[in-house]
Amino acid sequence: MLSEFLQFLFSGLTVGAIYGLIGLGFAVIYNASHVINFAQGEFVMIGGMATVFLMAAGLPMPLAVVLAIAGAALVGWLLARIGIETARGAGVVGLIIITIGASILLRGLAQVVWDRNFHPLPPISGDAPIHVFGATLLPQSLWIGAALIAIMAALRFFFDHTRTGKAMQAAAIDPLAAQLMGIDIRRLVRLSFVLSAALGALAGVLVAPITMTYANVGVMLGLKGFAAAIVGGLGNPLGAIAGGLVVGIAEAMTAGYLSSAWKDVVAFVIILFVLLFLPNGLFGRAEVHRA
Amino acid sequence: MVIGHGSVDMSTQRHATTPMLEVIDLQSRHGRIQALKGASLAVRAGQLVALVGANGAGKTTLMRALSGVQPVHGGQILFEGRDITRATAGARVRAGIVQVPEGRRVFGPMSVEDNLRLGAFTRSRREEEEGLERAYALFPRLKDRRRQLAGTLSGGEQQMLAIARALMARPRLLLLDEPSMGLSPLLVDQTFETIQRLAKDGMTIFLVEQNAFVALSIADHGYVLEGGRTVLDGPGRALLEDDRVKEAYLGV
Ligand SMILES: Nc1ncnc2c1ncn2[C@@H]1O[C@H](COP(=O)(O)OP(=O)(O)O)[C@@H](O)[C@H]1O
Ligand SMILES: [Mg+2]
Repeated sequence: MLSEFLQFLFSGLTVGAIYGLIGLGFAVIYNASHVINFAQGEFVMIGGMATVFLMAAGLPMPLAVVLAIAGAALVGWLLARIGIETARGAGVVGLIIITIGASILLRGLAQVVWDRNFHPLPPISGDAPIHVFGATLLPQSLWIGAALIAIMAALRFFFDHTRTGKAMQAAAIDPLAAQLMGIDIRRLVRLSFVLSAALGALAGVLVAPITMTYANVGVMLGLKGFAAAIVGGLGNPLGAIAGGLVVGIAEAMTAGYLSSAWKDVVAFVIILFVLLFLPNGLFGRAEVHRA
Repeated sequence: MVIGHGSVDMSTQRHATTPMLEVIDLQSRHGRIQALKGASLAVRAGQLVALVGANGAGKTTLMRALSGVQPVHGGQILFEGRDITRATAGARVRAGIVQVPEGRRVFGPMSVEDNLRLGAFTRSRREEEEGLERAYALFPRLKDRRRQLAGTLSGGEQQMLAIARALMARPRLLLLDEPSMGLSPLLVDQTFETIQRLAKDGMTIFLVEQNAFVALSIADHGYVLEGGRTVLDGPGRALLEDDRVKEAYLGV
């Protein structure tokens, strides 16, 4: 009984941490621009797929990972620069539609430039399971947890102790007042896309050894990350991570105790529930800047 | 020195009379609404200039256009003789045009000190630290509350913070949009005392106000904005005596 529960919990926390990282990307972009970036899942895909193909080209994994994340960051910058800035007059809804278009374009390009197959990535430190009270834990899960904690610490430092981080908080609170301080909002929006793309790509690299990666992997992962961001209260970075864990655990428990057929439905039930009854998420939107 | 009566003298003379800020026939729209239809004015170095106008006259639109956060559809803005009509908001702050916006707009969920530091966003670290010391010397109350969230300050303290935050950018020209808004008469007096103190210390100030009486009584020069046009100007005290101003803005 306990071992079964633990097993589901481990699996929920692992995948939940990934959803949280992806949700974090939604939060960072939302804060800077009020845009919900539906190409977030494609950053995840680029991270995994680029690593796969760079390794196939003979690069060692660490270098492949760094280049893949940098490549995704560049795509994020281009999306902000070309997609968002040139369409400033389009309004937030128009910009969101642009990100949907970008996501379709990036999926198509991935299928042409790379391929339509499923690819595994080797786990960071082997796949000999660790036994805990009768349940098994993959070393990759520990890496994912460690990465999540490191990212949270880094972001906290960035937002609370750097000038640019504080400027991002200020711009999220009141863009006009921030501009009057000489803060360049366009630069911050670009930076938020770069940061979110890098976070997404990292999630893509971390999750690929568990779920494999393919050109359309970002569709479902992106939606789960969106669910995480909604549960956490849109624009609340820490909330997005907690939201990811909530969605991941709920999903794993449903798959374990009910049926795996229901697994993907859970995220959408949660989105609907939160949007209908808790429009500010479980953790509140007001906490945005304090995260 | 008869021979010296050449181009050099002419240019220094012209320089001395070039206003710090010159606005020429400025036009600006909000979508289809033309909020500025021809605003012209000049602010000279060291002056305190006030522009008064009724609610909806276009005062805030003018201030935003001066700061580069509102599109301009015609006319010119010159700062120290340079055309800045198309300059970015950041470039204007770096040049020394800094605004205290209508409604104060402090960053409520951030600390008082973070608010002040953000004011020095375009300045060096050293200038930021120096600015902080000056701000705390000028407004000791803010020092006591520096760890407090700005949103928890009273209206008067928020106005102090908004002014101190703008000073952190080391303005050469301070723009104030409706500093009396939402304040009790006592706090309005305090705020205008602060503004006068800054003016005495040599700061060039351009403020817009609906409260024509307080604004014009301290202004070296005043303008009246009506329907997006500057329709009248003169020394502050003289405008206060003007029948049209009395009738329209002072309820006399
Ligand atoms: N964001 C906006 N969208 C549409 N119209 C606006 C906007 N802001 C101001 N206006 C209109 O422009 C005119 C001038 O407004 P404003 O500059 O705020 O005047 P004031 O500051 O003198 O009260 C008003 O008619 C107002 O309704
Ligand atoms: Mg106004």
